[in-house]
Amino acid sequence: METTRKKFNWRRFAIASLVLYIVFLIGPVVGLDIPVVYAAIKANPLQLVQFLIIGISNGAIIAIIALGYTMVYGIIELINFAHGDVYMIGVFTSLTVLSLTGTLESKDPVKIVFGLILALIVSVVFCAVLNATIERLAYRRLRNAPRLAPLISAIGMSFIIENIGLMWAAQAWLVPSFGTTGGASQKVFPDMLGILFTSLGWDVNLLASSGIALRLTIKDVIVIVLAVALMTGLYLFVQRTRLGKAMRATAQNRDAAKMLGIDIDWVITATFLIGGGLAGAAGLMAGLYNNTAWWFMGFRAGLQSFTAAVLGGIGNITGGMLGGFLIGLLASFSDGYLNARWTNALVFATLVLILLFRPTGLLGEQTGQKA
Amino acid sequence: MLELKDVHTYYGNIHALKGISLKVNDGEIVTLIGSNGAGKSTTLRTIQGLNKPRSGSIVLDGVELHKLPAHEIATLGVAQSPEGRMIFPRMTVMENLEMGAYVRKDLTSFKDDIEHVFSLFPRLKERITQKGGTLSGGEQQMLAMGRALMAKPKILLLDEPSMGLAPLLVELIFDIIKKLNEEGTTILLVEQNALMALSIAHRGYVLQTGEIILSDSAKNLKNDEMVQKSYLGVE
Ligand SMILES: Nc1ncnc2c1ncn2[C@@H]1O[C@H](COP(=O)(O)OP(=O)(O)OP(=O)(O)O)[C@@H](O)[C@H]1O
Ligand SMILES: [Mg+2]
Repeated sequence: METTRKKFNWRRFAIASLVLYIVFLIGPVVGLDIPVVYAAIKANPLQLVQFLIIGISNGAIIAIIALGYTMVYGIIELINFAHGDVYMIGVFTSLTVLSLTGTLESKDPVKIVFGLILALIVSVVFCAVLNATIERLAYRRLRNAPRLAPLISAIGMSFIIENIGLMWAAQAWLVPSFGTTGGASQKVFPDMLGILFTSLGWDVNLLASSGIALRLTIKDVIVIVLAVALMTGLYLFVQRTRLGKAMRATAQNRDAAKMLGIDIDWVITATFLIGGGLAGAAGLMAGLYNNTAWWFMGFRAGLQSFTAAVLGGIGNITGGMLGGFLIGLLASFSDGYLNARWTNALVFATLVLILLFRPTGLLGEQTGQKA
Repeated sequence: MLELKDVHTYYGNIHALKGISLKVNDGEIVTLIGSNGAGKSTTLRTIQGLNKPRSGSIVLDGVELHKLPAHEIATLGVAQSPEGRMIFPRMTVMENLEMGAYVRKDLTSFKDDIEHVFSLFPRLKERITQKGGTLSGGEQQMLAMGRALMAKPKILLLDEPSMGLAPLLVELIFDIIKKLNEEGTTILLVEQNALMALSIAHRGYVLQTGEIILSDSAKNLKNDEMVQKSYLGVE
């Protein structure tokens, strides 16, 4: 009996203890005080529901971005570090389209709706092409190089795009300013959905007349509905269509895919197009939901979505969606009960813990490849 | 139909094929025999375009395959049951077979073709919704062959199709290969089981460290002293 017992894993135990130590002992000094958080939840349980709503909405956006990471990783085993920044470009593209079409100043619901639809289309197309171009320029030649080379190339791409974002934000004719937010380069993304529904005579808060002290806004509903529609569409696309099946085949065995007549280069380009398009849609959604735009926002979004992808099981599309919602909730609770400064650290800690204890993620590798 | 002329293929610095020339005529079964590492699989991979020859030519019905990417070679009617089986582990048996038909423009007979594969390998029909990665080794071998057949190829490349199969199934596989050939498929067959291969093939080539050292009719090869000693285990 004794001999069959699994050997105690000291290394994992030590790491887990360290994490607990940080959370319980060092935590309170810098604001991560569990009893205080507990008291806050007890005093106002409705607030918990509020953070849940915010978490799900942001999680939906994170999930959409996470799909881009997970699809690309699934097919070429590369972490496309520039992906978060493509999303940032999506935010600016949307804002620019809304600005150039005069939608930002408009109070006419029809005009606003058309402006938003146009912004969605332009942002999706622009980010799709941008992402595919990044693959073409920075990754394709390195496809057979050692793993580190395309990774470094991806980080380089990320810097380049961040700087393009910085320059873009500085062009007042493309990105108008509405008051000031945090930093000089941080811009307000006007609350077009709020303006739209107010102009229609609706209350933006759907629960306003119910007497419940909660905000479930039209923005939440639109973001969640759009995200779920995109995810369902993607899922069906990958499962049912010819190109979707070719993508799965390529991810599972590239040589076999070639042998059966699948054009790998095109499949990889298509994967980047779809991932980029989703990031473009997420850009508009995030801009409308969180109402800010700045050149560095791709970093936080990238960290969260990448963690979401790993949490769900990198390469697994359903996992990416699940991970997105979970990380959205984590970020929302951290922002709400602790401090926004804690959020990146917590997300990063989650990433480290998953990689240590369950590198395949929640849904990864359900059926392995046999001999 | 298919002709290789002085084909040289490298893996980095490893010179795997050192000037292979061979020919497969319409309607033939041609077998490639040789010991481990001789370059049999590399020859099939090079024909398929998965490896690019550094020099030499590969021509199928007048088309120069060595100048084309692998996926275009597949559309010209070259299909393979590869070494290591290479089935898609997270796709079902049915999806794996569907992928086999990826190159085909005409899918009107798709249902009949699937049924044809199932009639050859009834075991696959029982596993139709099972994921490829959860099949046994022998079942995966059948799936790899079924998938290649779904392409309705002009020429079928088989890399050790009897690998991992029980003796009874090995006979069945060879019967199937013969039947496919009688139905009009040209076959290039690589086999460890040289005796079996030579008994169904029309002609054969003997490969040694990347070079063809002998080529003759299957009957003559079977009676060749060197072949008997080295590949048929006859003392
Ligand atoms: N991916 C590779 N990288 C480097 N060398 C390789 C690779 N694949 C094969 N080789 C080498 O090329 C030579 C031919 O290998 P190949 O697989 O074609 O042999 P084979 O005749 O199919 O052998 P077997 O009967 O064992 O399958 C061998 O020396 C092998 O070591
Ligand atoms: Mg071999």
